Order: sequence, then C-alpha cells, then structure tokens
Amino acid sequence: MNYITDRKRVEGNGTARSGTAHHWNTKVSSIALAILIPAFIFTFGHILGGSHAEVTAYFSRPFPAIVAALTIIVGFLHYKNGAQVVIEDYSNGAVREVLLIGSICLSYAAIAVGLFALIRMAL
Amino acid sequence: MAEMNRGNPITDNTRGQRPLSPHLQIYRPQLTTITSILTRITGNALIVSALMIVWWLLAASSGPDYFAVADGVLRSWFGSLVLIGSLWAVWYHFLAGLRHLWFDSGRGLEIHMAERLGIGVIVGSFVLTALTVVVL
Repeated sequence: MNYITDRKRVEGNGTARSGTAHHWNTKVSSIALAILIPAFIFTFGHILGGSHAEVTAYFSRPFPAIVAALTIIVGFLHYKNGAQVVIEDYSNGAVREVLLIGSICLSYAAIAVGLFALIRMAL
Repeated sequence: MAEMNRGNPITDNTRGQRPLSPHLQIYRPQLTTITSILTRITGNALIVSALMIVWWLLAASSGPDYFAVADGVLRSWFGSLVLIGSLWAVWYHFLAGLRHLWFDSGRGLEIHMAERLGIGVIVGSFVLTALTVVVL
C-alpha cells in the first residue's frame, strides 16, 4: 500500500506521465556518443578493408573492442529513444504499439548480437 | 449547459469546428525547419548501416567464409554508397545533436543565431565527411 498523496504521485510527471526521464536519457546518451562516435568512425574505418585475420586481431585489442562495444550499446539505446519519439509522432493505436515493440526488440537484439561477436573475437 | 461548457477545453463540444492549425505544406521551408527534420531523418536512417556493421562483426567472429560474404556486401558499390551516405548522416546528426545540447542550455535560440548554427551544421557535416574520407 502506497501512502503517498495523489498530488505527490503525479507531481513532475507531466502529460507523458514519465516526467523528464526520456529527455534526460537521450541527453546522457548523446553526450556519451559525442565521444564514442568519432572514436568508432576512425577505429572501424581503419580496419574496414582488412583481411579476416587482421579484423579479428584488431578487435581482440582492448581499445577498438571497448569503443565498438560501447558504441553499439549506447548507440542502439539512443536509437530506441529516438525511434520512439518518431513513432509516437506519426502513428496511433495498434500500429504504434507494433512499431514501438519492434524497434525496442530490434535495438536489444542488435546489442546482443554485436556484443556476442566482439566477445567471441576477443576471446 | 452548453453555454457553461463553451470555452472549457475538455467539455466544449464545439471544438471540432474551431479553425485548424495550418498544415505543414503551407509554411515556406526555412533553414531551421529543414535542419530540424534532417536531424530526425539522418538519425533514423543510420539504423541501416548500424545493422550492417553489427552483421559484419558477427560474420567476422564466425569465420573467414562468412566474413567474406559480409565483407563483400559492405565493400560492394552498394555497401560503399550506404556507408559513405551514413558517414555524412552520422556527422550531420552529431553536429545537429551538439546544437540541440546548446539549445537545451537556453543559448543560441535567437533566429539569426539559430540560422548561423544551422549553416554551420550543414557545412560542417560535409567538411567532416570529406576529412574522414581523406584520412581513412
């Protein structure tokens, strides 16, 4: 049982009923990506074009592997938030729910696949 | 009763007859609106190359044969087109995102400043793309 008053329960949550959490998450991930994206562009761009042996050796090294892992995690979570706003702006009802669930599941799946690949190359 | 409800945003049943906000196509496209929608388009379009790169990493971790397939796709003319386009998109989204963080702090919102920042984002995205291509 929650003894908090109704007013206290809704205060600060606005019409979205989740307050500024979405905005804050997007802001934090965008700042993280401002650092990660240039690092990822130059590490990935550097090794793209290499042979299979060169690529696996490169991603066994800490810096390229950690940059790639963080970029994939933060990037797809940032995408999940951004796609949510677009879907909520342009669709309604069941279509909206299907698109939201689809984009959220796609984001987590891509993170899992990316991390699995990086761990397998690093080990 | 109807008189009482008039003007109340929830119970006024004449809401439907009120003038609508002008549709998007009535407005003249402006630098601020174009740079804004491009942020959204580039951000969402990046899902294509992001998934391609994750697939490429999975293929690399699976072995030389599968890697050859994924690497062939990424380095084909179509793959290169998508990657170069995404390179521009990610730099655009990067600069536009920094501009949004600046706006968020309550700065740069005067029209002339917002437009100058908009030009900076467009020009900067092409400059950074060219620099990246030259360096890599």
